[in-house]
Amino acid sequence: MPGVVRAKNRPVREIHYGDRVFAGILKIPAAGLALLLLSIAYFLYRAASPVIVKHGWAFLTSSTWDPVRDVYGALPVIYGTVVSSFIAIVIATPLSVGVALFLTEIAPRRTGRVFGFLVEMLAAIPSVVYGLWGIFVLAPWLRTSVEPFFKTWLGFLPFFSGPPYGVGMLAAGIILAVMITPTISSIAREVFSAIPLQQREAALGIGATRWEMMRLAVLQSSRRGLTGAVILGLGRALGETMAVTMIIGNRHEVSLSLFAPGSTMASIIANEYAEATTDTHVAALVEVGLVLFAVTFVINSIARLFLSRSGNR
Amino acid sequence: MSAIMEVSGLNAWFGAAQAVKEINLSFEKNTVTAIIGPSGCGKSTFIRCLNRLHEEVPDARAIGRVLLEGDDIYGRGVDPVAIRRKIGMVFQKPNPFPSLSVFDNVAVGLRLGGLRRASILKEAVERSLTLSALWDEVKDKLNAPGTSLSGGQQQRLCIARALAVEPSILLMDEPTSALDPISTAKIEELVTELKKAVTIVMVTHNMQQAARISDKTAFFLLGDMVEYGETSRIFTAPKDSRTERYITGRFG
Ligand SMILES: Nc1ncnc2c1ncn2[C@@H]1O[C@H](COP(=O)(O)OP(=O)(O)O)[C@@H](O)[C@H]1O
Ligand SMILES: [Mg+2]
Repeated sequence: MPGVVRAKNRPVREIHYGDRVFAGILKIPAAGLALLLLSIAYFLYRAASPVIVKHGWAFLTSSTWDPVRDVYGALPVIYGTVVSSFIAIVIATPLSVGVALFLTEIAPRRTGRVFGFLVEMLAAIPSVVYGLWGIFVLAPWLRTSVEPFFKTWLGFLPFFSGPPYGVGMLAAGIILAVMITPTISSIAREVFSAIPLQQREAALGIGATRWEMMRLAVLQSSRRGLTGAVILGLGRALGETMAVTMIIGNRHEVSLSLFAPGSTMASIIANEYAEATTDTHVAALVEVGLVLFAVTFVINSIARLFLSRSGNR
Repeated sequence: MSAIMEVSGLNAWFGAAQAVKEINLSFEKNTVTAIIGPSGCGKSTFIRCLNRLHEEVPDARAIGRVLLEGDDIYGRGVDPVAIRRKIGMVFQKPNPFPSLSVFDNVAVGLRLGGLRRASILKEAVERSLTLSALWDEVKDKLNAPGTSLSGGQQQRLCIARALAVEPSILLMDEPTSALDPISTAKIEELVTELKKAVTIVMVTHNMQQAARISDKTAFFLLGDMVEYGETSRIFTAPKDSRTERYITGRFG
């Protein structure tokens, strides 16, 4: 083996000694971050352990949340998190893909830049401002116009039955949709702009209209990247706290109606942490945090996986 | 001889920069016309005007008359999309759609045209792949992604894609410049074969290639067409000194 011979003749290692030291130094912050992640998980687990021991898996499947009697079931907040995020994804995905297509494929370059900047600005608005907007603009509008409309036409479905409160699951989902649209659309834009011009010309060259070109050359080859973008948006929606807490109505109950108030994992923590007086109440809230941490960690990992592979397909 | 396409007074710009100047040229049925000239002289721009693809570049425009079987493709109210469906184009770099299979890559033009019948599509795909001398190599992997083929096969796949809609004219912009010599030879052979079915306009920077496979040659320089004629004449007795300098390799 030639490699072995060379290693004997020449101290190859020493030449790259500096590189090795440098790489070693760079490993410290990387290892530190991994350690931090683990220690957060461990801390959450430790702090939640009284409730974990007491309730076991029933914590995830039961609905009663009664700090007075020290009974804790997280099903309603898990349900609320899933449903509000799902509404957000259903609204934000087509919206974001549409925005990204418009910005990369249709808008003249200058318009695209200005409009793109405005969309990114949506991400910079503080969550609490969205919450205020939700309370004073969105919720009244839902209560007086949107929800009665759905109730009239689709009221036979359990999702659109019950009194239209305005504040509730639907409102939270819509706010979340607005908040994650910049995330999804900016990643979608990157995915689209990475597609080579030759592919677009291939489509135009065989007589595709602009829309057909977008479908053939742009959308079909970005499926993986778009999936990653949506999952990343989902990760943001699951953990969003302030705006949701302000608009979701904060009721600990599983209700099929989207008009009904509910709560999410993040909102119940924000709502109750300050007034949690017993150790078990705190532990229960921490366990909700642990579940949320685990879910968002997994969701984000999946998104990264999709995005990292989107290049070669 | 009947001309299938007649170009007159064609000018093209990128923004304020003129890339193609007052071109008059016609292409006869079942011939291969080579467009040669140094890089940047407007060859690509010129043939991209022939199917109205040039105008898709931001700020690009073209004026002039291009008669395709008698009708001006730059006429009032003419839809460029409809024109591009009637004219085939093959690009410098093979560009099959990565999300589509070999079969779908060939069928895509017909499907855009609204054809849905599976039997007709199958027939057309087989015919086009046979025409482009690819059928035997891919008939067992029609469902594999188009991009899984080799570079030369991908380019023939793109030729099949263009041929599927039975265009009367096929535009090729340096179709072999990204390929190895063996794939290049295959495509040259194919072009000679294909001219029985379609009229071919081919840009090439390779003068031997132009001499080998074309019937007519047009020499472009700085956006002007300097000389046009029978290929054999252009390469043996050029009239313009600039043509002579270019074909003898004494030109930048
Ligand atoms: N997309 C573009 N935008 C601006 N100018 C361009 C563009 N493409 C080509 N040009 C210019 O137009 C001229 C002709 O280019 P082109 O037709 O590509 O030449 P060729 O194919 O003969 O090499 C060149 O000067 C080139 O710089
Ligand atoms: Mg060119």
